[in-house]
Amino acid sequence: MSDNPVFDRIKSEVDENQVVLFMKGSPMFPQCGFSAAVSTLLSNLQVKFKGVDVLQDGEIRQGVKDYANWPTVPQLYVKGEFVGGCDIVREMYETGELEQLLKDKDVEFAA
Amino acid sequence: MAMEASEIERLIKEALPDATISIEDLRGDGDHYSAHIVSGAFEGKSRVQQHQIVYAALQGRMGGELHALALQTSTPK
Repeated sequence: MSDNPVFDRIKSEVDENQVVLFMKGSPMFPQCGFSAAVSTLLSNLQVKFKGVDVLQDGEIRQGVKDYANWPTVPQLYVKGEFVGGCDIVREMYETGELEQLLKDKDVEFAA
Repeated sequence: MAMEASEIERLIKEALPDATISIEDLRGDGDHYSAHIVSGAFEGKSRVQQHQIVYAALQGRMGGELHALALQTSTPK
């Protein structure tokens, strides 16, 4: 895809975890309103996800923007596919599309 | 850092001349905007692609001097 080494790290994150949210802070302690919002929506759907705190790693923070060609964080990935940022995820949550997508992709939900 | 709504509109209009744009300054601080953009250029594109078109129009300002721009995109009815 590119010779940017951080892309390999991002790729293995999104390949090895079904649902990944690149965010500022952690799901328990989000450091940004937009990251908090997406994290809450995912929790409402009771889907298992991995939060990756971009504030802990400057390379990842810039890397995720280049990887998805997307200028902001949070960024949601489902089974390796970039779904969108806060606006798109919120819109999809409200229309029920997000839940449908997660089901279609056969993602694991919390018991 | 802040950015004028008129500047945001100008940049989008430059890339998408047919666009109908409505921008709201959410907090009145010139830093948190929401924009609804209607353009034929979004036809047949995914939401992600539609937003990427807008971000490209903003030429790297999004996530930089423009901190928050809630985007809603759609095609003309």
